[in-house]
Amino acid sequence: MTLQTNLTHVETAAGLENILQENENVMVCCGRMGPMCVPVYGIMEELESEYTNVKFADMLFDTPEAAIIRNHPACSSFAGLPFTMYYKNGEVVKATTSIQSMEQVTDILDSNFGK
Amino acid sequence: MENTHFDVIILGGGAAGLTAGIYLSRAKMKTLIVNEGTAGGQMVLTHEIANYPGIESIGGYMLGSTMRQQAQTFGATIFNNSKILSLDLKSDVKSIELARKGQFTSNAVILASGGRSRPLNVPGEDKFKGRGISYCATCDGDFFQDKEIIVVGGGNSALEEAVSLTKYAKKVTIVHQFDHFQALEHYIDEAKANPKIHFVMESEIAEFFGDDKLTHVQIKNMKTNDLTEMNIEGVFVLIGYIPNTDMFEGIVELTDRKEIITTRDMETNIPGVFAAGDCTAKKYRQVTTAVADGTIAGLAAVEYVSNK
Repeated sequence: MTLQTNLTHVETAAGLENILQENENVMVCCGRMGPMCVPVYGIMEELESEYTNVKFADMLFDTPEAAIIRNHPACSSFAGLPFTMYYKNGEVVKATTSIQSMEQVTDILDSNFGK
Repeated sequence: MENTHFDVIILGGGAAGLTAGIYLSRAKMKTLIVNEGTAGGQMVLTHEIANYPGIESIGGYMLGSTMRQQAQTFGATIFNNSKILSLDLKSDVKSIELARKGQFTSNAVILASGGRSRPLNVPGEDKFKGRGISYCATCDGDFFQDKEIIVVGGGNSALEEAVSLTKYAKKVTIVHQFDHFQALEHYIDEAKANPKIHFVMESEIAEFFGDDKLTHVQIKNMKTNDLTEMNIEGVFVLIGYIPNTDMFEGIVELTDRKEIITTRDMETNIPGVFAAGDCTAKKYRQVTTAVADGTIAGLAAVEYVSNK
């Protein structure tokens, strides 16, 4: 089962590992089709054509495979959907919890990945 | 100029804005809908809508998504996640400047900017958002399985969600600033009958505390000013909405609650500027009333532009 977005869907932990190996800069939003998550997917869809150096993807929070994100140490204090992860060369460089604005997302992308 | 001039620009893409967009586009008006977030507005905040006539039950996301598709199918242009940098509503030709997109003009504007969750505005609130503080019970309730939580508020949403959160939490304390609730009677009865729900009345949260996540709050009794601390990992703030009208202050006429004042045809005090939905002064805020406002504003804008 995948989310109803136009982003690349990550369905398994192995799938995420593959994306991280194949892409230097990766943003993954892990959530549901809920009010705090949908706006973040929308922002990612909007930015996909602009940030060609970043791979944008989503992952369904409730799949057991999403434990790779849910249980990541960077998310240990998180209690608000979605969990959004930013990876550089396979390592987490930033993680956010709950809804984010366009400005918050682009600030993180610009400061960690450039344009 | 040709591609940046529209008959009507709608500021807001919730139920009111999208409905106006549907009516305007069907009337062959060149229409731009500008949305600061994702199309759907407050509808997207609702997991299930069961009182929209003609549809037994539908997810808020799906209803908003279908309205957006309708507006686009009829020809409306929609910009999502677009921040408004400046706007001129008073001139005959209206203009707005959008971050990352530039300047756009129109003959008429519909203000349908909706509302947003009202924050408590107390110390620690920003720091612990998503780390114990939530504004969406259906989104984040399951993070608090078998834990003790607080729900702040005394309206329909607060009491309804407090009951819903007892599915997860072992104890729910409702903190409310008055000695009575504003919610409808049946929500109050249901909450009072639930053994997991406790009440702290005439009180408010004064401050949130913790390290990387929320651990406790300070509660102030508003009658005695006594301060007490409560260990708590989750707080749901459900104290209503505030209209998104900051950018219109000093331009269109607002009430003291910062809601836009309109005529029954959804006209503001400025010719060619209409308003619809939750950002306007009205008693009932529902998807159905927003749709009705959007219909009227859309048709009134068609008439205004056609007569220019």
